[in-house]
Amino acid sequence: MELNIVIFTGLAIVMIVSAIFAVTSSKIMRATTLLLFVLFGTAGLYFMLHYTFLGAVQITVYAGGIVVLFIFAILLIGKGSVDVTQTSLLRYLAGMATALTGMVLTVYLITNTDFAANFYTGEGVPMKELGMALMGTEKNNYILPFEVMSVLLLACTVGAILIARKK
Amino acid sequence: MIDFKSITTAIDNGLHELMPAPAALITECVLVAVCAIAAYLVFAIIMIYMERKVCAAFQCRLGPNRVGYGGFLQVFADVFKMLTKEIIEIKNSDSRLYNLAPFLVVMSSLITFSCLPFDNGLQILDFNIGVFFIMAASSFGILGILLAGWSSNNKFSMIGAMRSGGQMISYELSMGLSILTLVVLSGTMQVSEMVETQTTGWFIVRGHIPAIIAFIIYIIAGNAETNRAPFDLPEAESELTAGFHTEYSGMGFGLFYVAEFMNMFIIAGIASTIFLGGWAPLYIPGAEGFNSIMAYIPGFVWFLGKTFFVIWLLMWIRWTFPRLRIDQVLVLEWKYLVPIGLLNILIMTICVVMGWTF
Repeated sequence: MELNIVIFTGLAIVMIVSAIFAVTSSKIMRATTLLLFVLFGTAGLYFMLHYTFLGAVQITVYAGGIVVLFIFAILLIGKGSVDVTQTSLLRYLAGMATALTGMVLTVYLITNTDFAANFYTGEGVPMKELGMALMGTEKNNYILPFEVMSVLLLACTVGAILIARKK
Repeated sequence: MIDFKSITTAIDNGLHELMPAPAALITECVLVAVCAIAAYLVFAIIMIYMERKVCAAFQCRLGPNRVGYGGFLQVFADVFKMLTKEIIEIKNSDSRLYNLAPFLVVMSSLITFSCLPFDNGLQILDFNIGVFFIMAASSFGILGILLAGWSSNNKFSMIGAMRSGGQMISYELSMGLSILTLVVLSGTMQVSEMVETQTTGWFIVRGHIPAIIAFIIYIIAGNAETNRAPFDLPEAESELTAGFHTEYSGMGFGLFYVAEFMNMFIIAGIASTIFLGGWAPLYIPGAEGFNSIMAYIPGFVWFLGKTFFVIWLLMWIRWTFPRLRIDQVLVLEWKYLVPIGLLNILIMTICVVMGWTF
């Protein structure tokens, strides 16, 4: 149990430090790389809780997908070496307001949620159960979000082809 | 068949008797890490030597034969040469990202490497989502390549990295599809269980036609994932000097080089695990005597034998086919491999549902 706390503290420190540097770094590529470490830390937390599926999804979708997409986008517009410095006061205030609202909301949710500690069994969820829940039509199953996701992805694919095709 | 779980459990119990639980756990982690890195390097050395010899054979040469017996010390000589090289600071480059990039690539391939089942119970990471975790861990190696290309402040590196990005993201798709085909057949994603079911027949035999199609797609996609010819556009030396690692010298380059070879080992290892039965010996239904003789051969010999067979296949492809153009690479993936892969999953599902597998 104590080892758990040590690992958690380590991961938390890595995540917090990376997050702070990601926000304060003036080089956009460095900020993206530091964001990657935050995402790895989150995946580490999931693995610590034996939620291996969620951890692997975190790595595939965020580290292997979103961050790669970010880097691609930055490279394609050729702004990789641009220094990000705030110039407009309005933007500065808007950013501060958003961050504060987010923080207040998070703190409120954390303090007001009754975390069911006994919900956690210490064992991973079997793959079969996950698959059944994802495709099931009963209560608390996820067939509708799954189908909506598929339609969304199809729309994205069609849109991409429409943009990329030759005239 | 020896179960290595008994040995690892014995070591685990011994350590727990010697010291308190957290200390034992940390010691185990360090031991496992040392073993994994040692195995990683040993296989890298063997593969670099093998690559040279196989390449030489395909080009009707002898290959390295001066340093050591049959040139075996050539690789070590190269490592020492690399260690003596000057590490150059590149002007206007982002030095932190530049130094970080090779480690991201190696980290990704080392995590994937630790998922390989070398023998019964001789496996470091064995999650219930096994195959999916392998896909996840191998997916962020691309980040290292992109960062290397960008932070080198060199146009050749940049073009190489962008090509590599486009190529690796594309081919991940058909690799995932071919692995999924085999997940449909086996009904599990856990690597150890997948191999366990193959002790009574390898999946490439059980899944017959769809499994063979999936194997061919996997080999093509695997070749592209490792950035090797005929898909070596990211480092096409005639046009881009060395692609994304042009500016790296010394061990920075060494890490990329080792990671590339080990990615090939991992691709071959996964192919041998999910298609050719991993450590499971050759099994012919009905021939009991033959099967029991085959079972006497240790599992890791089977695993390494199959893996090096697949590596040899990959090297054969590498030294036979000319390089493709980037548009040909992408057309091959999106217009041929992905549709075939999708159709193949459907065929495999029909086969499994109708019971048309062995």
